[in-house]
Amino acid sequence: MIISLLTSVLSITLRAGTSLVYATVGEIYTERSGILNLGLEGMMLMGAVTAFATAYYSGSVGLGLVVALAVGAMLAAIHAFLTVTMRANQVVSGLSITLFGSGLASFLGQRLGPVSNNYYLVGMVGPKFTPIRIPWLSKIPVLGALFSQDILTYLVYLLVPLAWFYLYKTREGLNLRAVGENPQTADAMGINVTRTRYLYTVFGGMLAGLGGAHLSLAYTPGWTENLTGGRGWIVIALVIFAMWNPARAILGAILFGGINAVQFRIQAAGTTIPAEFLNMLPYLLTILVLIVMTWWEALSKRIGAPAALGNAYMREDK
Amino acid sequence: MNEVKTPILEMQGITKRFPGVLANDHVDLELYPGEVLALLGENGAGKSTLMNVLVGLYRPDEGEIYVRGKRAEIHSPKDAAALGIGMVHQNFMLVKTMTVAENIILGMSDLPFVPSMETVGKRITEISKRYNLQVDPNAYIWQLSVGEQQRVEILKLVYRGAEILILDEPTAVLTPQESHELAGVLKVMTDEGKSAIFITHKMEEVMEFSDWVRVLQHGKLVAVRRTQDTSPQELARLMVGREVLFRLDKAACTPTETILELQDVHADDDKGLPALRGLSLTIHGGEIVGIAGVAGNGQRQLSEVVTGLRRVTGGQVFIRRKDMTNQNPLSVIKAGVSHIPADRIGMGAVGNMAVSENLVMKGYREAPIVINGVLRPNRILEFAHKMIEMFRIATPTPQTRIKFLSGGNIQKAILAREIDACDGLLVAVYPSRGLDVGATESVRRMLLAQREEGMGVLLISEDLEELLTIADRIAVMFEGQIMGVVASDDADVETLGLMMAGVKREDLAVEIEDAVSTSTASS
Ligand SMILES: Nc1ncnc2c1ncn2[C@@H]1O[C@H](COP(=O)(O)OP(=O)(O)OP(=O)(O)O)[C@@H](O)[C@H]1O
Ligand SMILES: [Mg+2]
Repeated sequence: MIISLLTSVLSITLRAGTSLVYATVGEIYTERSGILNLGLEGMMLMGAVTAFATAYYSGSVGLGLVVALAVGAMLAAIHAFLTVTMRANQVVSGLSITLFGSGLASFLGQRLGPVSNNYYLVGMVGPKFTPIRIPWLSKIPVLGALFSQDILTYLVYLLVPLAWFYLYKTREGLNLRAVGENPQTADAMGINVTRTRYLYTVFGGMLAGLGGAHLSLAYTPGWTENLTGGRGWIVIALVIFAMWNPARAILGAILFGGINAVQFRIQAAGTTIPAEFLNMLPYLLTILVLIVMTWWEALSKRIGAPAALGNAYMREDK
Repeated sequence: MNEVKTPILEMQGITKRFPGVLANDHVDLELYPGEVLALLGENGAGKSTLMNVLVGLYRPDEGEIYVRGKRAEIHSPKDAAALGIGMVHQNFMLVKTMTVAENIILGMSDLPFVPSMETVGKRITEISKRYNLQVDPNAYIWQLSVGEQQRVEILKLVYRGAEILILDEPTAVLTPQESHELAGVLKVMTDEGKSAIFITHKMEEVMEFSDWVRVLQHGKLVAVRRTQDTSPQELARLMVGREVLFRLDKAACTPTETILELQDVHADDDKGLPALRGLSLTIHGGEIVGIAGVAGNGQRQLSEVVTGLRRVTGGQVFIRRKDMTNQNPLSVIKAGVSHIPADRIGMGAVGNMAVSENLVMKGYREAPIVINGVLRPNRILEFAHKMIEMFRIATPTPQTRIKFLSGGNIQKAILAREIDACDGLLVAVYPSRGLDVGATESVRRMLLAQREEGMGVLLISEDLEELLTIADRIAVMFEGQIMGVVASDDADVETLGLMMAGVKREDLAVEIEDAVSTSTASS
């Protein structure tokens, strides 16, 4: 009994955390280049709705992913153009993209559906990613939950160490960190600041789109209004919690996913606590843990946000 | 051996305009292999601009560059690096949160995708040994002293195989010993056939380091000399366009009431380690008290404690006999204390605000600048015009953002504001660092004028020459304590040097006797 309970909590934690890890790793890369992308929520929603619509009509979840990646990349490219080339305020540009993306996603959800459903996508059932059980490994008590997940979750196991390695051990990762810390220096050392910022902003947008696609194709298959439930904002907080380190992105996602999973179990067990309150819990606790942890970390170590985060850079402007 | 050398680098007719400024006006430059060219000019003459054009950071409006006889198109520092040109910038170009090794390989293209930091570290150690530039490859930049950071900058160039080195005021922040070491490094490099362009405001360095001198004035090349055929006096005159007095006339000191009194002050540095350990000092009106010492012995903390920017952990601070211990900066300002900080752009000025706004940053609380809580733009401009004229600040307009001025002119603006607001005590930290001879002279004049007005001046400087010329008394600081105070007329460089190394004044007599007796014993 207790074993099956633990297994199910771990399983839901992983599934709930997957979209967050994608978006968090992406945003860490974007912020490491000195660009703050507050458009995540919009990008995740757009990724979710386009991925689901594509999969629904084509019958291919793979194609759905490709479209989500492309949509995320496009929205992020707009953000990069506005903030890097036009040197617009990053907060304003990001917020606009979130407003635009959420609105458009909701609009598409009411127009892309089949005629039979009055053009609504809500309530339609489409193809989805199903868990793949890995023989033997998935039979291990409790930890077996790690090995009966969908393919996107398995990819997370790869993404996180790779993202960490790239950032801290490779030439390109070094250059990326330098651009976010001190673009003047990076430029003087022969690194193309503009190219770097475009590249990683677009990369971050792609991962946000992918995170959205995981929601609509795997975690809660289908489309509903505001499917992400503010996850794009949670991610902004998780990036701080992760101290801009991809390896720590997984901790934050487990935190949020875990509270979510426990909360699900409580609801399923039937309780008198109002559902609204339980639904609120993951957000509340994540923020609380974040504040305490970040405060403690900032006091003990000399790490923090990339020094040039939020600042535009132009060569001849001192 | 009378062959005519061909230049390794030629710049022809370089012109560079910024909004409202002609920074370089058809400048020509030649550099010969194995030689050092000193580039001189007042603050704002366009030296850094010319060099930034050379490394591809600034795009010239006109002009051509030839490297090893071939026309070179340099659009970015990467192109410059490919031609073997590397630059140590006036402000450090280092990523503070990264290690020495990481900073050195930053942006290099011929590097494996996953660089082995061990191999990099080894090569750095090798080069450090060859040029005597000791530094730990695994240390973080923020842990290094200014002198060590400068070594990293030079290692960066050598590691990348630069053959043409540009050094933009590398000695401005170095102690005399460190500058001397740098001269040695430069010698080794030129002996190997490397060439260098060296920018400095210190005439002794020009004479010591260089083979050729070129002088810029207001963006124009005004003189080319062989170093052996010129003199510091001539160079100073060429730069400023008038005769520069290396000695200042100073009236006799007439100290009045006590302005500042520190009693057994203790304070910590940013890392929480003790920086001031029981420091006592008194300054009277009408005198300049100089603080000598190797950088990092608590000078910064001393200036911060006096100006209310740092809490003392023990002891007391009196200003005009009033207890001002741990008062906030505003009360200290109101008590008549002015401050010229070491970090000009960080603490002395707001880079993105206009020159005029920076000038009223102290007076903005009072009439006539503010009336009924509303700032009066016309009054601000009027005031700014007055200051700009009085202190001869070179700026296109009073509305120009202050970060676009040259280092010397930013300093003059800060000085103007602080001197205008000063009513009792002026705390000046490295006030002439990075300034040209003319500006240095005027800064020193201004400090002397404050003294004549009856103000007390606390002058922190690493330039012993400066302290000996304008201070009345010199206190030597070592590890957060005062080793002793000497009247500058009785002081000499050797005694000060010994005290800077931590010998107390009262022990000095004994020390010298010892030295004499041991030298006689050994001979
Ligand atoms: N990026 C910029 N934008 C606008 N104006 C600039 C810029 N850089 C330099 N200037 C202006 O060009 C002129 C030359 O500046 P530069 O920094 O080359 O002087 P400098 O000779 O190096 O002086 P210093 O001895 O103080 O370093 C100055 O008037 C300065 O205000
Ligand atoms: Mg300069």
